[in-house]
Amino acid sequence: MENCNRQSQMTIGLTHYLVVAAVFFVCGLFTMMTKRNAVGILIGVELVLNSAALNLVAFDRFLGPGRIDGQIGALFVIVLAAAEAAIAVGICVNVYKNLATVDVDKATRLQG
Amino acid sequence: MKILVLFGLLLGHCGATAQAQDTPPAHHRQGVVDAAVPGGTLDALLFYGVGGAAMLSAVGVCVTRNIVRMAVWLFVALGSVATLYFLLAANFLGAIQLIVYAGGTLVLLIFGVMLTSKSPWVRFDTSLLERLAAGVVCLALFVVLCIVLTGTVWSRPQGLVLGTALVDLGRRLLTTYLVPFEVAGVLLMIVMVGAAHLARQEK
Repeated sequence: MENCNRQSQMTIGLTHYLVVAAVFFVCGLFTMMTKRNAVGILIGVELVLNSAALNLVAFDRFLGPGRIDGQIGALFVIVLAAAEAAIAVGICVNVYKNLATVDVDKATRLQG
Repeated sequence: MKILVLFGLLLGHCGATAQAQDTPPAHHRQGVVDAAVPGGTLDALLFYGVGGAAMLSAVGVCVTRNIVRMAVWLFVALGSVATLYFLLAANFLGAIQLIVYAGGTLVLLIFGVMLTSKSPWVRFDTSLLERLAAGVVCLALFVVLCIVLTGTVWSRPQGLVLGTALVDLGRRLLTTYLVPFEVAGVLLMIVMVGAAHLARQEK
């Protein structure tokens, strides 16, 4: 048991990866809150999605290795992120064409 | 990009073999609460290096005010996450992350930046109060998350099978996850048509 504990101090566990993912999530949230550029907000969303995918893979590795469910979940996250980025960039280009800016505070034409 | 992928695959191979070699017997594993798969010192050093780069670049994304620099930091962040996937023995996912995310999505974002600004150095500044409030909220959330993460004891299933084969992933994708897989395919086609429609030239 003591040998085990000594060994576990140097090994990288689930918590390490989850903390990295937490940093990603918080940074993405901060980016979404403080940026006014629509593409900047999109970059924040990408960070949050990456954090979720990293969480899925870490859980898959440490809590159920050999089951692969987490990896497949992360695969779908990547696919959906690509789709979301394509649509969002299309919308940004359209907003720029109509309003000559991508400042989300100035795009208020839909507000009733 | 290909060199990066190759390097990552090598790295993942190193990690997997190191973990396979010093896997303790089952009765030892029950004692370790957090570290499920003990690796070597090399693994730990690699993790601290790559994880540190990942966190640094994530902070870089949210601190930078320039949109082009944000995109560059995002590139570093995505690459670091791909390397973390390799360290987690998810080789296929790491390669996919590099190819689809760093190679596709990021290029799309940079195109978005170029198409939507008169000059690449344009800035949209938010007020200091707003940034301060957001910083306090995010920091509080991070502290709460860290407390929860370090305090939780994760329960692990017994009789672990180490290592994930690509064959298994493909088989699972076409049996258990067939419906989501097909739905994702249809979604991608809809998105392709929709994006082309959104970005078309006005007559």
